[in-house]
Amino acid sequence: MLTTGRIMQWVIAATLPGLLALTLFFGWGNLINVVWCTLVAMGTEALILALRKRPVTFFLSDGSAALTGVLLGLALPPLLPWWISLIAAASAILLAKQLYGGLGSNLFNPAMVGYALVLISFPEAMTTNWAQPLALLDEAPGLLDTLAIIASLAEPATIDGITGATPLDVYKHEIGSRLASTVTADPIFGDGIARGWEWVNLAFLAGGLFLIRLKIITWHIPASFLGALTLMTLLFGYDPDQSVPVQMHLFAGATMLCAFFIATDPVSAATSNKGKLWYGAGIGILLYIIRAWGSYPDAVAFAVLLMNFAVPFIDYYTRPRTYGHRKPERGLPS
Amino acid sequence: MGRPFDFPGGIELPDNKTQSLQSPIRQPSLPDHFAVPLLQHIGEHARACVQPGDTVLKGQRLADSDRGAGVPVHAPTSGTVTAIEARQVPHPSGLEDWCVRIEPDGRDQWTELADCPDYAELPVEEQLSRIHAAGIAGLGGAGFPTDAKLVAGDGARIRTLILNGAECEPYITADQSLMRERPEAIIAGARIISSLLGAEECLIGIEDNKPEAIKALQEATNGTGIEVVVVRTRYPSGGEKQLIQLLTGQEVPHDGIPADIGVLCQNIATAESIYRALRFGEPVISRITTLTGKALERPGNVEARIGTPIIHLLNEAGLHEDNLKRLIMGGPMMGFDLPSITAPVVKGTNCLIAGTADEFPDSPIPQPCIRCGLCEQACPMELLPQQLYWFARSGEYDKAEDFNLFDCIECGACSWVCPSSIPLVQYYQHAKGAIREQRREQEEADRARLRFEQRQARLEKEKAEKEERRQARMEARKHKASGATPESAASSGPDLETLTRRRDDAREKVDEARAKLEEARETAPEAVTKLERALNKHQKRLDSAEQALANAHESSTE
Repeated sequence: MLTTGRIMQWVIAATLPGLLALTLFFGWGNLINVVWCTLVAMGTEALILALRKRPVTFFLSDGSAALTGVLLGLALPPLLPWWISLIAAASAILLAKQLYGGLGSNLFNPAMVGYALVLISFPEAMTTNWAQPLALLDEAPGLLDTLAIIASLAEPATIDGITGATPLDVYKHEIGSRLASTVTADPIFGDGIARGWEWVNLAFLAGGLFLIRLKIITWHIPASFLGALTLMTLLFGYDPDQSVPVQMHLFAGATMLCAFFIATDPVSAATSNKGKLWYGAGIGILLYIIRAWGSYPDAVAFAVLLMNFAVPFIDYYTRPRTYGHRKPERGLPS
Repeated sequence: MGRPFDFPGGIELPDNKTQSLQSPIRQPSLPDHFAVPLLQHIGEHARACVQPGDTVLKGQRLADSDRGAGVPVHAPTSGTVTAIEARQVPHPSGLEDWCVRIEPDGRDQWTELADCPDYAELPVEEQLSRIHAAGIAGLGGAGFPTDAKLVAGDGARIRTLILNGAECEPYITADQSLMRERPEAIIAGARIISSLLGAEECLIGIEDNKPEAIKALQEATNGTGIEVVVVRTRYPSGGEKQLIQLLTGQEVPHDGIPADIGVLCQNIATAESIYRALRFGEPVISRITTLTGKALERPGNVEARIGTPIIHLLNEAGLHEDNLKRLIMGGPMMGFDLPSITAPVVKGTNCLIAGTADEFPDSPIPQPCIRCGLCEQACPMELLPQQLYWFARSGEYDKAEDFNLFDCIECGACSWVCPSSIPLVQYYQHAKGAIREQRREQEEADRARLRFEQRQARLEKEKAEKEERRQARMEARKHKASGATPESAASSGPDLETLTRRRDDAREKVDEARAKLEEARETAPEAVTKLERALNKHQKRLDSAEQALANAHESSTE
């Protein structure tokens, strides 16, 4: 039997292939972030629960705060200074979850609220602290080196050498003035789609399929999200010399993490199967719009949060047809 | 698409049926007393037609009931009626209700039964009345009087008769053992119902976890045209609406009954008892009851007589009372906990589960709903259980209703799958109760408002009439003063009818005033003067009314 705690544990377990790929291709940064954000999230959760006079261990053991921490750790730039991650994780729990009443009562995806908050507040740190693929470095920084970087104890010069922008970012900004072939000559694109990123996305895809198989999530949100994103790219960005091509949209950014782990957060997602299809499609469309015509190279957080806004509306208009009824009810009760 | 069709949702449950299927149906011994409740079904209490001290024979009618109101109940054995009293009956609240208490004489002697080999030749009305007289109410659990259900079908409209042998709840094997051991009687009963309804087809729905019963029924139906439809074991396939959907692909309209789509469902045990009633004249004095649960040494099915104290059956099955944690009547999904082990077996007692702590551990403390949607995937009615829960919890009953709360069949699939262990069905039951209560209050308020409005209207009307009369009097006085001709008075003044009514009114007032005065002379001398004055006044009015009438008469005859 599934319990809520077990569901959270399975979701965390299903992120492990992705975390492994991130660590293999980009170094220790994400692993440290995952541990750090989880500690911060759980600590914040415990503190607020105590202040709210709720049973701390009972609620902490449901694993939801830990999951928020893990997702943030996976999503944030690997070499982000520790205090920015702390702000992200603490505000995710405090602002987006506990202030709304705790687990199950939040309107917005907590991890994405934390992410969006630091993305708006510290735009430079959030775009430049992405780790370069280890394969491109002369010497891969070890665990302690990485810790020092994150703890802001390392020399700025060493940091500059191993950080940079993401392939999505680079492609988006270079393609305006150059051809696709010259842009992708940059070694961060590797031989395939985007060095390392393709494996990370495949690993998240595998973890996500595992969750579908366990019936912890359904296929509706990932399918409609990926479908809408693909469709948007084929409609508006079919020319790789003009804009980011479809394989990079799918496999170069946080797309698969979003599809199976972020957008599928049940608390803040739409309810019915039909609603989930609209919700996922909405995220896909918004993600493309922001990536292609907005100023951010990746936009999972904004796309998800915007669709979180729309959830009550979607829920009222996508109710299933109940047994014995001729058609489904729509809208608010009259 | 062919049979069986499918229904959405549903869950797979550990069925726990084998433990009670190890032996054939057993006959329990006679207990030292029976308590036969007068109400065992939907409807009214049966009226007792025996008295304490009467001796009764097995099968003799103990209490009677009119057709349409309920069904009679009968003596489960021969013996003496020792009391008709309120006793605990099987009810979740430990309700007490009227029961006929019988002490057996041990001879177990039948009353005279109307054996009838040619039952099929009986007229329809006679068959129905015998079904009623035998006290047959749906044995599946709900207990709707069967004769009423067959009539509600209204004969010609029923195309498909469905016999429900799905028995989808875990633990229960009462129907299964009956199908295994008495398939011929079930089929004979099915044919009776079928011909009563004039049904075109008869289907028996059964889950695929009952191979022996399926085989027995298939043999018994051979050449009868009755089709045994095997459906996948999935709870709640035996819910009436789900079974209809599985067997016909149709849905019962949400505000209707199966007859609206030409379908009627009967439990297989009901069919068997119909056959026994018509063929042998046997009333329902027993039913197959599953005794199971780990607190019993010898689980199995028994032919339990109605009115047997439950404790008697459990003891015979080897109850370890120390291990007993929960005693459930019905299945673990839709049954309820019996507050008392002394309550009697009733017609709806299909299963008694004496569960241990090991079998029924305490449910964990509910966690918050994370809207995971597992409940929605499990709901066979395609509701949104997580939304209903939210609305029920926050008391937003209008929204709950709008989300079709009342279509919930309370099967409990959602509660079963809920990872946060939320007792969802309890929330829905509570919300339904609260809404019904609100509706009742609303109706009462509406009635009160209507009463008030009608009273206001009446008062206003009286006031207007008074005003009209006053006006008329003033007119008349004015005419008199100005010396108007009788003609103009007659043409502009009130007509004869009004004047007559006024005269009558005035006379009534005079009478009233006189009566009051008389009364006051004896009881309240201080008010006499006042009342005399009032009488005088009324008398004067009467005089003038009479005068006006006379004038009018004159002018109209001129």
